[in-house]
Amino acid sequence: MVAKPRIGILALQGAVRPHVEKLERLGVEPVEVLTPYSLRSVEGLIVPGGESTAFLHLIEMNNLWDALLEFSGEKPLWGICAGAILMAAEVLHPAQRSLNVFDVTVERNAYGRQLQSFVSALEPSPAWEEEEVEGVFIRAPRIKSLGARVVPLLSYKNETVMAREGKHLISTFHPELTESSAIHRYFLGLCGTA
Amino acid sequence: MSEMRLKTGLAEMLKGGVIMDVVNAEQAKIAEQAGAVAVMALERVPADIRKQGGVARMSDPQMILEIMDAVSIPVMAKARIGHFVEAQILEALGVDYVDESEVLTPADEEHHIDKFKFKVPFVCGARNLGEALRRIAEGAAMIRTKGEAGSGNIVEAVRHLRAMHSQMRRLTLLGEEELVHEAKETGAPLELIRWVAKHGTLPVPNFAAGGVSTPADAALVRQLGAEAVFVVSGIFKSEDPAPRARAVVEATTNFRDAAVLAKCSRGLGEPMKGLDIHQLAPEERLQDRGW
Repeated sequence: MVAKPRIGILALQGAVRPHVEKLERLGVEPVEVLTPYSLRSVEGLIVPGGESTAFLHLIEMNNLWDALLEFSGEKPLWGICAGAILMAAEVLHPAQRSLNVFDVTVERNAYGRQLQSFVSALEPSPAWEEEEVEGVFIRAPRIKSLGARVVPLLSYKNETVMAREGKHLISTFHPELTESSAIHRYFLGLCGTA
Repeated sequence: MSEMRLKTGLAEMLKGGVIMDVVNAEQAKIAEQAGAVAVMALERVPADIRKQGGVARMSDPQMILEIMDAVSIPVMAKARIGHFVEAQILEALGVDYVDESEVLTPADEEHHIDKFKFKVPFVCGARNLGEALRRIAEGAAMIRTKGEAGSGNIVEAVRHLRAMHSQMRRLTLLGEEELVHEAKETGAPLELIRWVAKHGTLPVPNFAAGGVSTPADAALVRQLGAEAVFVVSGIFKSEDPAPRARAVVEATTNFRDAAVLAKCSRGLGEPMKGLDIHQLAPEERLQDRGW
């Protein structure tokens, strides 16, 4: 029997469980990553939704900062909401530290608080050839500017909400909270395990 | 449906984290800087409500707004059980979650708030599965154990977590006709009883609250199945809040790693003093509020 490909989910805090279920359904072995050691065995890493300020503290506590930077040089990262904030080149509202592995500027909580959270259909860009998907936005950030090598994939009201740069992916909404597995499949493609 | 997904969705983002009670903007900043995923804004923590007595009500909106301005993480606030106008006010302020809480003096001794009427999500306390499902039937998007708030004693949160998980496991073994009987016994809707019987979990996130004072307490409730931890009076009633707050955050994430727990538990100073539950008079037990 061939070993299943392994995909990591940064499990410091946040929406880990829904990704575990998605990945299992796609025939991939999910690995909850809490330490640099557990990063060694995975083909890609999902940085899930959660609270980005809490992530910054927990990354320090668990000595993951350098390990994540090193990993991002070799294998794909997919940052969702707080995960996208962590990967961004620059963070606004308020400014905070980030890994700077994805050339975008993001603004935190840019639609407002929880009462402004929403669900909406998303508009595909020419580069998105998969099925249509809807976006669940929870206290979501907005992408304020994109670097030249960033490829927009999906947008909401003419603003990019999912994009790819090289092997990395970010989305400001939560594909793990919808029925569709299209975006998870797309990420597995970037990891070479689809 | 999409509304409920947004409500439980925010709870999903808080999982694995620590939600801390704070009484002012300064404490809120300490909590955020320690890695809290959210803060609960309230005028008096339960330990003080216990000491001072009197009717405990929703906090002053001015103080809640100051806390909302001070931090970028979600802010929760408490309304009295059944006091739907306090909840309307909290929603108008724009808080991110409302806790319909037994820590405040109940405003209605028969009814809880109809939480489906609100866009803001609600968390409610429960001591057992029936109570949890009744709250979910009213629209709660997150359940927390009641524990015994302000006691500094973890024993009641443990009791409630164990009760809930053993009752859920039991339901998965029952036949259809037995589920009907369970619905009757617990006062919970049959469709929710069936859902739990099929999945073995609650349909909404299930957090722990009440008496968490140390990193070990936080890891204990996590190992017993709580998906996140509320620290009510335990941090800011301790000798040195900031390091304790950081240690509880570290323990909540690394709850299965005893080496990390041993490290982060060291040199934190005195925890809050705590109460023996058996010394509390029946009218002093906050957990018995709620119907």
